[in-house]
Amino acid sequence: MRRKAYYAAKLKRATHMLFFKRHRRPGVKGWELRKRLGTDYAKIIALLDRYLEKLDLQVKTVFEEGTPSEKPTREQLDRARVYVTLRGELTPKETKMMGWRIDDIAGLAITISTIISKKGKVPRKEVEDVLRRKLPGWKANVNIDRYIREGYIEGDEREQLYLAWRTRAEVDQKKLVEMVMAQ
Amino acid sequence: MSTRKQKKAQGKAHLQRIIDLCRTVEERGIDPFLVETDDVLKTIREYFPEWGDPEERCLDAEALHELASTIKLQSEWVKHRSTSLYTDPFLIEEKLQRLPKEEIAAIFLKSWRPIVEFEQLSPNSFMEAIRYWQSLAPINERWQRSESLRIQTETTTREELLDQQIIAEREFSQKLETFWEELKQEAKAEGKIEYWSFIGAPTYRETVRRAYLTSFLITYGYATLEIDWLEEIIHIKPFTIPVPTIGKKQAISLPIPITIEDWQRWREGVKT
Repeated sequence: MRRKAYYAAKLKRATHMLFFKRHRRPGVKGWELRKRLGTDYAKIIALLDRYLEKLDLQVKTVFEEGTPSEKPTREQLDRARVYVTLRGELTPKETKMMGWRIDDIAGLAITISTIISKKGKVPRKEVEDVLRRKLPGWKANVNIDRYIREGYIEGDEREQLYLAWRTRAEVDQKKLVEMVMAQ
Repeated sequence: MSTRKQKKAQGKAHLQRIIDLCRTVEERGIDPFLVETDDVLKTIREYFPEWGDPEERCLDAEALHELASTIKLQSEWVKHRSTSLYTDPFLIEEKLQRLPKEEIAAIFLKSWRPIVEFEQLSPNSFMEAIRYWQSLAPINERWQRSESLRIQTETTTREELLDQQIIAEREFSQKLETFWEELKQEAKAEGKIEYWSFIGAPTYRETVRRAYLTSFLITYGYATLEIDWLEEIIHIKPFTIPVPTIGKKQAISLPIPITIEDWQRWREGVKT
């Protein structure tokens, strides 16, 4: 009984930490979870993930240096960021309710695919040109700024665009490229 | 000019070309293997004994540094090609071109798992709110100052304007471009035009429509506002090319009331 209460309390704490934004970015670093939930935090996260499955949500761990091929080390887990994301797929209608028009989503897909195909770095001008072929001229610029603001891409002083933290957390890049190529 | 001086000048030009080539490859994402590293290194080595003053040595170091960056890019290029994410950029561009945007969006939705996040009050925003509250003037003072704003105002959305047929969905971007051209034409003489002179129209409905479109021109960087706070005169200044402002600097919101009384006053002014 005491064991059950222990896990119930930890589950609650993990839920609070993962659902509510604590910093500028959502998600919680592995070391923060270890500090607040204890060394067995991976077990609690796994329990929460199983619970969230019924709600079509999942706990996702995003490693700084990409998913390790072997079992992650403690250092890798500490540096990783843990998020709660959707488990299934959204419908176009749902995305519209979230403030994403079909144009914006298609633009985001084009932007991300272009950056991936160019080894993760591409001049902003090039992305603008690609977007302009599908979207009105003024929207191309506005959309790129929006993707930057939301953390999907980032730019540098040389006007180069890169994938940013949100794309790494939310987008299955391999699947996206495979599906585009399969068309 | 002595042969030595000539060789030096030639060497500097060579090094500068190497630097430019390496930078172009890096900035434009061109295949880094286009740079023949062996030849470049040979050139750098050939001219090295000629360099004497610090400026020349700096140029030599810069060329070497850029070459090193290109070699790093070559290594990344090979690594990327060997990963499962590698796809021919031209092939992917061609596929994206061919696909309708609805299909591209549908593909994206299959690989997109958005983060669930709840906003809440943070200590920082709480402190900001306290500061705002402390600097806020009492309501009776504020009401005195804005007596002319007693009209019940409401926000409108593009969807509502679409319902009322004030604007049409499909032509919106074209309309915006045409409207921008009109603004440029009208502001041709002084490079700017007084706000009401531009938005004012024979009917109130048309005036609101023009004000609405103008707000889009400003938001999307087709034009800007020039405000003389003392004289309370607002001018619209069109840009020759759109200047994107969103996300680049802190945007400010400037509400400009377009009431029927304002419009009537403007009409009277025009008539007299």
